[in-house]
Amino acid sequence: MKDIKIKVNDLSLYYGDKKALNEITMDIPANKVTALIGPSGCGKSTFLRCINRMNDLIPSVSITGKMLVEGVDIYDKNVDVVNIRKKIGMVFQKSNPFPKSIYENIAYGPRINGMKDKTELDEIVETSLRQAAIWDELKDRLDDSALGLSGGQQQRLCIARTLAVSPDIILMDEPASALDPISTSKIEELVHQLKEQYTIIIVTHNMQQAARTSDHTAFFYMGNLIEMGKTNSIFTKPVQKQTEDYITGRFG
Amino acid sequence: MNSESPIKKTFTQESLKKQFRLSEFLAEKFISMIAFLSIAIIFLIFIFVFKESLPLFSFGSDAKAKTEAQATSANKPESYGTEPEGDLKPESYGTENAEDLKPESYGTETTKDLKPETYGSEPADDLKPEVYGDAPKEDLSVPAEDESVGAVSENQEGSDKTWNTFFTSEWVPVSENPRFGLLGLLIGTLKVTIIAMLIAGPLAVLAALFTSCFASKRVKEIIKPIIEMLAAFPSVVIGFFALMVLASFFQDVFGYDSRLNAFVGGVAMALAAIPIIYTISEDALAAVPKTYTEASLALGASKWQTAFFVVLPAATPGIFAALLLGVGRVFGETMIALMATGNAALVSANPFESVRTFAATIGAEMSETVFGDTHYSVLFFIGSLLFIFSFALNAVAEFYVKGKLLKKFQGK
Ligand SMILES: Nc1ncnc2c1ncn2[C@@H]1O[C@H](COP(=O)(O)OP(=O)(O)O)[C@@H](O)[C@H]1O
Ligand SMILES: [Mg+2]
Repeated sequence: MKDIKIKVNDLSLYYGDKKALNEITMDIPANKVTALIGPSGCGKSTFLRCINRMNDLIPSVSITGKMLVEGVDIYDKNVDVVNIRKKIGMVFQKSNPFPKSIYENIAYGPRINGMKDKTELDEIVETSLRQAAIWDELKDRLDDSALGLSGGQQQRLCIARTLAVSPDIILMDEPASALDPISTSKIEELVHQLKEQYTIIIVTHNMQQAARTSDHTAFFYMGNLIEMGKTNSIFTKPVQKQTEDYITGRFG
Repeated sequence: MNSESPIKKTFTQESLKKQFRLSEFLAEKFISMIAFLSIAIIFLIFIFVFKESLPLFSFGSDAKAKTEAQATSANKPESYGTEPEGDLKPESYGTENAEDLKPESYGTETTKDLKPETYGSEPADDLKPEVYGDAPKEDLSVPAEDESVGAVSENQEGSDKTWNTFFTSEWVPVSENPRFGLLGLLIGTLKVTIIAMLIAGPLAVLAALFTSCFASKRVKEIIKPIIEMLAAFPSVVIGFFALMVLASFFQDVFGYDSRLNAFVGGVAMALAAIPIIYTISEDALAAVPKTYTEASLALGASKWQTAFFVVLPAATPGIFAALLLGVGRVFGETMIALMATGNAALVSANPFESVRTFAATIGAEMSETVFGDTHYSVLFFIGSLLFIFSFALNAVAEFYVKGKLLKKFQGK
C-alpha cells in the first residue's frame, strides 16, 4: 500500500467509562474503497465518526491515540473541526436531506463556504447531481422539496450534497441498509465510480456488498480491529479464526 | 361437512361474533361529548358577547324609531354623563314593583306625590327624562312588560350615528354627545402589540435557539425553567413593575413627556409574551431532528450556521405559531395595558405617547357603564372584535402552518 491517506495509531474511544474502541491501529489507502465490517455494536460507526470528529458532539466521549490524515493529527488542539469536516464528508445510514428544495440541499454546502454567485452555484448543483448519477431523474424538479423523493433518491441526493463541498474523503455509514435492491446497486455502482477521485470508507454489514464494492476490508469485533487486508484475501483466506467465522456466517 | 369426526374449529360464527364493549363505547362517547362541549362553550361565549352588542346593528326602521325617540327627548343624554344613576336605580325598582306603579310612571305624572320621595330632593321637572332613560335598562333586566317603550328607546343614539362615530378618532363614551371612535383604540392596540412583539419576538426566539442549539445540557436545565417561570407571573405584577420601575427608568433614558405610554406598555407586555413564545419556539426547535444538525455539521458548517440556516428554518411552522400566540397574548392583555399605557386614546405614530387599547377599554369601562346602553353595547362589540381577531389569528396560523409550510417541507 503505497498511498496512505489515513494513519490510525492506537486509537481508543470511551463513552464515559465504557471502552468502545480498543487501540485501533490501521492504514487506510488513498483513492480506494475500504470497507468496515463486523457484527452490530462492534464499533464500526463509532470508528467512522472518529475520522471526521462527529463524536465531538457527544459530551461523554473521550479519545486517546492518534488519527493522522495526510500526516496531520486531526485531534490536535490547533485543528479546526469545521475545516476537517469540509474535507471529510459523511453519508449517514438514514438519508437525511434538509427540509428544503433539492437545489437548496446541494447549494447549502457551497453557500456556507461563502459562494454567492448564482451561475457558479447552478454549475455545482448540476455537476454534483451528475456525479451522484441522479441528475437525469431530478433536473426538472430542482425546486421540489427533497423530502418528497424516494428513499434511494434521497440517499443519492445526500451523496451529491456531500460531493458539492468537494471533499477528499467520503465516509459512508451503511448507506444502503434501508434501501431496496435496485437503489442499493445504484449506490454500489456510484461508490465504484467515485473512488477514482475520492478515498471512500464504507461501513456495511452486508458481506456481498463489501466484497463487491471494496478494495480493502477491515473486520471489527467488540471494539477491536481483528484483521485488515485486501478484500480478496480477507474473503478467500482470512488469517484470523474470528474473521473466518464471521464471513462464513457462523456468528453475527 | 362430515359429521362423524368432530374437528375442533377455531373459526366459528360464535367465536368471531361481534362483541359489544360497553365501557369502550361509553368512554368514546364521553370523550367526544367533552370535545363538542368545549367547542360549544367557546361559541356560546362569542354568541353571548356578540349578542350584547347587537343593538348596534339595528339599522333601518329601528334606527328611525330611535332617532324619533332621540328627537322627542332633547336633553336625555345628560342623564348618562352626570347623574349618579347607580344609586337611584335600586330604589326605583323596589318601589315601582311593590306598588304597581310602572305603567303610570311612563305616562303622565299621576304619581307626583310619590316621586319626590323616590328621587330625593330633585325638582320634579327634571325627573321625566331620567325615568325614560332608565326604562330600557329595566326592560332588559326585568322580563319585558312594556315592549313598545323598550323598542323605542333602546339606544339613545341611532345605530347609524354610533357607527359613524366608530371611524373617528375620539373616544368619548360618556358625554352629552358620546363619540365611540375606535380608530384611536385600534392604533393604540396596534402600537403596543407591535412594540411588544418587536421586543419579545427576537428575544424569545433567540433565547430558544440558544437553549436548543448552543447551550450545554446543564445551562439548558437552568435557563429553561427560569424563563418559563416568567409565564407564571401574574400580569398585575408585571404591570406594577412597569408602572413603578420601567416607566421612570425609560423616562430617564429617553426623556419623553408622558410617563406611561405605548413603549412602556409594550416592554411590559413583552415580558408577558416572552415565556409563551420562548416555550413554544423551544419545543419546535428541539423537535427538529438531530439528523439535520448532523448533516449540516458533517458538511463543514459551523454551529452558528447550522442553527440559523438549518435548525431555525426547519422549525419555522412552530415558531410562527409561537409568535402568533404571543400576538394573541399581547392583544388581549388587559391588566398591563391598564396600568402601563396611560389609557389615552390618541391617534399618533409616536411610540412615546399614551395609548388606550381595546382590552384596557373594556376592563376600565365595563364596570361603569349602564346595562343596555350604547356604551355598553359598544364595549361588547369591542369584545367581539377581540374574539374575532384572535380567532382569525389562529385560523391564519393553522392554515399557514398546515398548508403552505408543511407542503414546502414535506414535498407535494
Ligand atoms: N452515544 C453513545 N453513547 C454510549 N454508548 C454508545 C453510543 N453510541 C454507541 N455506543 C456503544 O458503542 C458500541 C459501538 O457502537 P457502534 O459504533 O454504533 O456499533 P456498530 O456501528 O458497529 O453497530 C456499542 O456497544 C454501543 O452501545
Ligand atoms: Mg452502526
